[in-house]
Amino acid sequence: MNIKIEAKNLVKIYGENTDKALELFNQGLSRSEIIQETGLTVGVANVNFEIAEGEIFVIIGLSGSGKSTLLRCINGLLMPTSGSLFVDDKAVEKLNEEELRKLRGEKISMVFQHFALLPNRTITDNVAFGLELRGTPLEERRKRAQEALVKVGLEEWKDKLPSELSGGMKQRVGLARALVMDSDILLMDEPFGALDALIRAEMQEELISLQREIKKTVVFVTHDLDEALRLGDRIAIMRDGAIEQVGTADEILSNPANEYVEKFLQGIDVSKILDANSISKWPREVIRETEGVSVALHRMKKADTDYLFVLGARNKLVGMILREDVLKLAKDKQTSIKDIIKETDSVQSNTIMRDVYPELRNAEKDLAVLDENGRFLGVITHSILLMTLDERKGGDGIAES
Amino acid sequence: MPSLELPKLPLGDAIEWFVRWLIKNLDLIFDFVREVLNAITGAFSDGLLWVHPVFLIIIFGVLIWLITNKLTALFSVVGLALVWNMGLWPQLVNTLVLVVVAVVIALLIGIPTGILMTRSRKLEGAMRPVLDFMQTMPPFVYLIPAVMLFGIGVVPGLFATVIFAIPPPVRLTYLGITQVPEEMKEMAVAFGANDRQVLAKVELPLSLPSIMAGVNQCIMLGISMVVIASMIGAGGLGEVVMRSVSRLDLALGFESGLAIVILAMVLDRMSRNIGSGKQIPLSRIIERYKKHRKKKEAEQSA
Repeated sequence: MNIKIEAKNLVKIYGENTDKALELFNQGLSRSEIIQETGLTVGVANVNFEIAEGEIFVIIGLSGSGKSTLLRCINGLLMPTSGSLFVDDKAVEKLNEEELRKLRGEKISMVFQHFALLPNRTITDNVAFGLELRGTPLEERRKRAQEALVKVGLEEWKDKLPSELSGGMKQRVGLARALVMDSDILLMDEPFGALDALIRAEMQEELISLQREIKKTVVFVTHDLDEALRLGDRIAIMRDGAIEQVGTADEILSNPANEYVEKFLQGIDVSKILDANSISKWPREVIRETEGVSVALHRMKKADTDYLFVLGARNKLVGMILREDVLKLAKDKQTSIKDIIKETDSVQSNTIMRDVYPELRNAEKDLAVLDENGRFLGVITHSILLMTLDERKGGDGIAES
Repeated sequence: MPSLELPKLPLGDAIEWFVRWLIKNLDLIFDFVREVLNAITGAFSDGLLWVHPVFLIIIFGVLIWLITNKLTALFSVVGLALVWNMGLWPQLVNTLVLVVVAVVIALLIGIPTGILMTRSRKLEGAMRPVLDFMQTMPPFVYLIPAVMLFGIGVVPGLFATVIFAIPPPVRLTYLGITQVPEEMKEMAVAFGANDRQVLAKVELPLSLPSIMAGVNQCIMLGISMVVIASMIGAGGLGEVVMRSVSRLDLALGFESGLAIVILAMVLDRMSRNIGSGKQIPLSRIIERYKKHRKKKEAEQSA
């Protein structure tokens, strides 16, 4: 795994004449003591992390926790007071103006909370803005901007002005403007924070599927825990400028580092975070479509069930067979089960738990979980669902729906 | 009661000494400036007066239509025709030239000054009282050093007009740029812009409405000053106003005053729409031309 971004003992103190404040900080004084003493704010307090190439690294914290400050240290919009920040093993704080501009123009792109679209430019010209700064010829940058707009599904809006677009669309333009630069690193500063809940969920989905295709290193700042758990390959929880815990969603949920993190996690709605795949189990028995009636009866007896999922080549789900039908076949002395395979209810593996629930309620038997190629991953039964909710004490989401 | 007599500070004397020092030592420069400006304004008004008023009014009408709308253009043409009818056409052209040249000079100095003020706190702090001074000092006072430096004529009138009309573009340029959202500037920097690019591609376009309001104010102040400047021989409509006042000629006074009002209104309407983002015929024509070209290109490639 390649380390793309690395912070080493990063400290950022706002204001001029930070020497004294830094000294106090190194002596171990708290943030509020330093404000009282010097009037300066410690934005980032001795932070260390490594971000691997191609991962989505989410920084989460309450407002004022220093997450946006940390983000801006990565592309040198803010310079660290002490410590280092490396991008591709080069210390950002040691770059001169020209190198810094090159870093921003070629290696790192940014998406902003309030979109920051220039109101006097068309959508195409907004998307092409970075290329224009870089000096790309007009024809080429128009072409590339339009390709990026196709990627975010806004090609028909290319000649419109930002004021004619909705919030969600504006942020898609913001995303296209970052994508068109074809840089390795994407910094996203609460990009969906200004959007309403429905659009936000939609944008998160899109970002996930887009990321599968582009595989950038994404640093994503948010204050929304659901969003963090949903998007982040790894998550850093910040408080008062320091990182409290870094880890995958599972690690943090199952093993909170301290009381603050635990408190932070309270009140989150697991039904919105866990997906079908993470709660599904492999059934006790399945059957291949090539197998016969007697095998089917034997397995049903063994698993104490009245139905079996039928799998084809490469675990593709074909359907299910019911016990009563198999018994009928046995009476007629038939051996192949092919004629009695029925359709079965299924969900995609990335469906969130909240959406799994109504599907399960309407299902004839249990729910099969499939990956995007239709392969069988497991089953969700009523008892599995209830058990999961009980374990995680997060049932409110289900009760609502 | 003992009388408290403090010696009077020789402020006025100091200024006078300074101006006299300027005349004595920099006379060559002032002569040069006077000759150049005289030549420019002279050529400009001669050129405009050479064209027959009917043609000129039609040309103005079309220009005004392009950057405003039909109604404004119609009223402007009627107004200008009325001035011609009143026999004040040459004076109107002279005044127009004076205003245009003064405004151009004021903008060339004022807008860059406003930009520089956003870059330096010290300059901003220093300029604030200077601008207050320039705006509140009774405009007649500027006439005195103007005459001392440039003699009688068009150029001292220009000088006084420029000083009087400069503060709005400075202030409104500064205001416009400081009101550009921080996130926009940050965005440009984050995409690799240098200072010049931030100014040219973000700050100036986004503060254009404010800057254009400054241009509009500059023109209005220029017109009002041009009348006063006629006291020192700047000519034009102001001179007619002065003459009518000294003769108590109400008819002439009304007519010349009305001509100034017409000129002011025409210039105001023209400068008000530019940069406001409103649809004007000119932008529609440009759009149509672009579409036409695109169509042609598509046809050619097909």
